[in-house]
Amino acid sequence: MSDPKKNDPQKNEAQMNKPSAKKSVKWGEAPKMSILDALYLPAIASGLATAVRHAVSGKATTRQYPEAEPEIPPNYRGVHRLNRDEAGRVKCVACYMCQTACPANCIEIIAAPAPKDDPHWKDRDKFPATFTIDELRCIYCGMCEEACPVDAIELTSIYDLTGMTREEMIFDKEKLLSVFDETVKSGQDPVRTNRGNLGPAAELSPTAKDAPPPPGRGKSG
Amino acid sequence: MVKVKVNDIEVDADPKDNCILAARKAGIEIPHYCWHESLSVVASCRMCLVEVGETKPDGTVAMGPKLVPGCQTPIKEGTIIRTDSSKVKTSQQMTLELLLLNHPLDCSICDQAGECYLQDYTYKYGKAHSRLDEPKIQREDKYHIGEQIALFTDRCVMCTRCVRFTREISGTAELQVVARGSHEEIDVFPETPCNNKLAGNVVDLCPVGALCSKDFLYKKRVWWLKHADSVCTGCSTGCSIQVDQNDNKVYRLRPRENPQAQGHFMCDEGRFGFKYIHDERRIKYPRLKNPPSNANATVRSTAPSDLSFADPWPTVLAEARKRIHSAIQNDPSGFVVVLSPFMTLEEAYLLASYIKGIDARTKLTLGPVPVVGSDDLYPKGPKGESPAAGKVKFTIRAEKCPNRTGIEAILRHFEGSVIHAESLGKSSASAWFVVGGSSSGWVNEKIDQAVGTPSLLIVQDIFPSPLSERADVVFAAGSFAERDGTYVNHAGLAQSTHASIRPPEEARADGRILMDLAGRAGLFNAMALRKEIGTKIPELSAIATGDLGEHGVRLAKFANHTAAAKSS
Repeated sequence: MSDPKKNDPQKNEAQMNKPSAKKSVKWGEAPKMSILDALYLPAIASGLATAVRHAVSGKATTRQYPEAEPEIPPNYRGVHRLNRDEAGRVKCVACYMCQTACPANCIEIIAAPAPKDDPHWKDRDKFPATFTIDELRCIYCGMCEEACPVDAIELTSIYDLTGMTREEMIFDKEKLLSVFDETVKSGQDPVRTNRGNLGPAAELSPTAKDAPPPPGRGKSG
Repeated sequence: MVKVKVNDIEVDADPKDNCILAARKAGIEIPHYCWHESLSVVASCRMCLVEVGETKPDGTVAMGPKLVPGCQTPIKEGTIIRTDSSKVKTSQQMTLELLLLNHPLDCSICDQAGECYLQDYTYKYGKAHSRLDEPKIQREDKYHIGEQIALFTDRCVMCTRCVRFTREISGTAELQVVARGSHEEIDVFPETPCNNKLAGNVVDLCPVGALCSKDFLYKKRVWWLKHADSVCTGCSTGCSIQVDQNDNKVYRLRPRENPQAQGHFMCDEGRFGFKYIHDERRIKYPRLKNPPSNANATVRSTAPSDLSFADPWPTVLAEARKRIHSAIQNDPSGFVVVLSPFMTLEEAYLLASYIKGIDARTKLTLGPVPVVGSDDLYPKGPKGESPAAGKVKFTIRAEKCPNRTGIEAILRHFEGSVIHAESLGKSSASAWFVVGGSSSGWVNEKIDQAVGTPSLLIVQDIFPSPLSERADVVFAAGSFAERDGTYVNHAGLAQSTHASIRPPEEARADGRILMDLAGRAGLFNAMALRKEIGTKIPELSAIATGDLGEHGVRLAKFANHTAAAKSS
């Protein structure tokens, strides 16, 4: 859709090097240093003063990690989890929205028709046969979460993810579901979960009635 | 031609056009679901309602009091169509709102999402929100519609395109509308599933995600598919198609509209018959019997499973060239080249000009032309009988190869006449260069016996055959999805095809192999070769323009074929 010529990196670079090429760009100059600034001595003195003040104040701020764990803000974006629905099945409907939105290409889904013969899966059409996230490649931007139409993928506040090999940092569906089980048990739900139970691509969730009407709805209705 | 005004834009339109076609000529889209160019008009979806008026002889404009369906309304001189008035826009919004009343909005799991007219039109013409507070009617999915077709009943907008297709184009009439009013559903008669040879087309015709292909179901989201214009190689009709691939894997073929070739549709044989291109049994490496001592490891190993990254092609090609030259020197009239009807014009030309360039006494022949049964004509009658001549809307040809006409033209130029390789009899030649390219069964007993065990046998093919087993040199070639080139169909229509994927492993597209073998400078470029062929071979002068366009060009010899092709 976009003009390939516009996105030509070489051309863009050439334009960047030639400030006169585009008049709308304002080029700033670095502020000139006075003789005092150029000596650097005042800066060194103020730095030393800060260090000495902290040393003698008695208010040490060293965190005793990992013995004392830090408090993580509730909207922290850490390890992913795959949510389960009320029946305990994976909530994901394999729409590939997260994979499409992911800027790091770390999500890989293989979809399959849901096992319709199984009464447990009767009301579902499509489900993820595999769902893999490369936690090393992920940049934890949270776009997958935003793209998800059924609130199936979420970022938890687990921040201390470690592993001995690259392979064990590639999380499959089971692992991601186990992260859900763990975080639910420990009460560490991300703040973004409490949006009610949206059905697969439901137009309006039951809880949406209490929410403010979507834009345009009041007037046209 | 009549003059029509669409939103104040004046256009010349065909008097046989309806409002939708006339507006299209003015570059204005009138949204529609039920109307399709090759099907009858029912005007049931009400999406194409527009304001239509006429210009009176005294110049005044009289607009109609009501909105009329654009698909059903003919035009005449001075017709005025308005698609941008508030009346039309309100009607479009209302129609979409009603169509979406019971639509499940399960776009996230629907295969059509991304190419769905409900999505597109709702985005362009609809409202953002539904006012329905009642629960939606949910209906059962129907997986019994056909072997290749699944019906997601609640997504259907009842445009009945599929029903009309089976009645008017395939003539088999399996699909029907059952019940009435809000209980309407598409279904088949009990125990008569929709399995005719054109059944796959109803999936393309469905403007929404109701009819889905079981073969493609949940395989890939459509926005990841990359498209290449190509030509179906299943039979000599040469349907224009689009190859949809992602990550070097072809997921589906879809017909591309071409009034010159086949119209809007394609048969299931062609649609689902592409899977052989990903077959594991394909020839993936070039092979050399008795390789020279200085050949690298890839050439020498019989099964190149060891990690050897050396390029085998330079050695194989140089050795093949050496052996061809010495074989022609020894016995020029005993060197036989078999061109297959699966080759493109460019490939046949490259090989023919190369071999004839070495010695004009060499012999060029045409390989087996596979013919299965007789031409299959549609629409079928009530008892499955073929339609009368002139009423044919689609033909599946008996000749199961794409380019016999083109190869024969090449042979007539280089050899003077078309010799069939099978007619040569047993072991009449000392050296053979056989080009295949078919999915299976192309090397029949006759050609196998004719070739025998010559002193030099070069085989260029995609699948192992008795010939490739005993060949001295095997070139791993490319399938139709991996080639650039030109095919000439039964009616002399030359269409260009474009490569959509890379050949597997060390296999190469035929054009590239022959370019290197002939020692021609530069890379294989179908466009440049077409220009060369067009200027050198008078019979093929129509392709001298190089660019054949979307619909292809017809060879001068077949100029009178245009009308016949349109009806089929």
